[in-house]
Amino acid sequence: MRDTFVRTTAALLDEDPRAAIVLADISAGLFDRAAARHPGRVLNVGIREQLMVSVAGGLALSGMRPIVHTYAPFLVERAYEQIKLDLVHQDASAVLVSVGASYDSSASGRTHHAPGDVALLDGLDGMSVHVPGHPAEVERLLREAFASGGRAYIRLSEQQNRAPSPAVDGTLHVVCRGRLGTIVAVGPTLDRVVAATQGLDLTVLHAVTVRPLDTTTLLATMATPDVVLVEPYLAGTSVRLVDEALAHVPHRVLGLGVGRSEQRRYGTPAEHDRAHGLGEAGLRRAIGAFLAPR
Amino acid sequence: MVVPMTAEAMPTASANDGYGDLGRLLALMSGDEKHDPSAYSTLDVLWVLYDRVLEVDPSRVDHPDRDRFLLSKGHGPMAYYAVLAAKGFLDEADLRSFGRYRSRLGFHPDRVLVPGAEISSGSLGHGLPLAVGTALGLRAQGMSGPRVVVLVGDAELDEGSNHEAIAYAGAMGLDNLTVVVIDNASSTYGWPGGIDRRFAVEGWATAVVDGRDHDALADALADHRDERPSVVVAVVERQV
Repeated sequence: MRDTFVRTTAALLDEDPRAAIVLADISAGLFDRAAARHPGRVLNVGIREQLMVSVAGGLALSGMRPIVHTYAPFLVERAYEQIKLDLVHQDASAVLVSVGASYDSSASGRTHHAPGDVALLDGLDGMSVHVPGHPAEVERLLREAFASGGRAYIRLSEQQNRAPSPAVDGTLHVVCRGRLGTIVAVGPTLDRVVAATQGLDLTVLHAVTVRPLDTTTLLATMATPDVVLVEPYLAGTSVRLVDEALAHVPHRVLGLGVGRSEQRRYGTPAEHDRAHGLGEAGLRRAIGAFLAPR
Repeated sequence: MVVPMTAEAMPTASANDGYGDLGRLLALMSGDEKHDPSAYSTLDVLWVLYDRVLEVDPSRVDHPDRDRFLLSKGHGPMAYYAVLAAKGFLDEADLRSFGRYRSRLGFHPDRVLVPGAEISSGSLGHGLPLAVGTALGLRAQGMSGPRVVVLVGDAELDEGSNHEAIAYAGAMGLDNLTVVVIDNASSTYGWPGGIDRRFAVEGWATAVVDGRDHDALADALADHRDERPSVVVAVVERQV
């Protein structure tokens, strides 16, 4: 995904004189060629993440269209007040693109994990959030976010599905239809969700864009108002949106995702998935228990 | 010699220019949290900037070639509002509404509400980094005319975000960027060796002037671009 992001950003720099990329050392070497062509618009501020976001705010105020990129914890958590004040409060816009996701760099430990990024951004006004599940989805997401002129967050991950998804258009993609409940799989969780729900009479929807969340398709395809959200970040992050969409009917919602307990473990992302119940077996257990006849 | 400014020493109508009206304009504002000393500390610098330095026009607040003035020290914005009113950016009626629910003038400025305000401020340590981005953006667009001037306080420099910006602006040779530091010795631990040296080691041009001397301020704040960003430390009476 990161390679596609770099390639697309370089193309945008070539195509649009308003485009700029602001970096804090991470991925800077990948932009060397673009920097040679556009030295004033490929800006590596060094290991200064607060400044990175503030510079993007200033660029936007001057009429530029900045893209900002680094590891998720340093982009969203370390520079959160800069996102809040130097972008949102200034009524300025940028496209934020992270790598690392919740625990792609699992062996690096908690300092490089950011399962709370989407929940944090949920506290801010007017931020679209996109969670691609395949590298082929990244170019369209980035180009459309850039062209929108608005504030966007694109959360890249090394975890991915086998194939790109039609959900890249911003709607919920209907993977299959069933009668006993609906599973909404976000980003790179789709393949695991499909495997975990094999043989079950369920509707499976896939989301790439989660802000805004396409609750219209959710309502239109729902046979039973029992919904399970499977998100590759903090569990329950999008539950409120499903609750709001279903406020007119009695319903049940289960939010699966990364838990709040600090694991203090290294290893692989797959091991962390299993620890948080996001592996295939864990998903099957949780979904089965939630939807079991009462 | 820095002359202490007290409420009694505020500009009065006896002065022969708009500066003399600032005391009356300040008196139109009311509120429980006015940060009066911090407002007075900036008054002369703000006046000189808008009266003698900045290329800005209240009838063309979005003109691309305007100078950008960023008030980072958003606390105590009464002096800022008074100068904006004296220069035609605000009406006196705006000043009378200071701090009220539907007023465009809060205890910290909001750029969406205040005509001519380039940034919203209040939380310290944001204006200088934003100014660096603005200066880079103007440079990237080939707009060599406008300057970016940002006003910070000496205590505000305690915020680490400023030092990220000072280092990077120096490395980038941002000569369209000028920082004005209002030095009323309010930083908790001070700046050993002087505030100007903190900038100088990062390659900035520096000047230290009397923050109440209008001619000295105008000279220091004039356009002296020489491939370096510049800082003007405006020393005013110590905050008590």
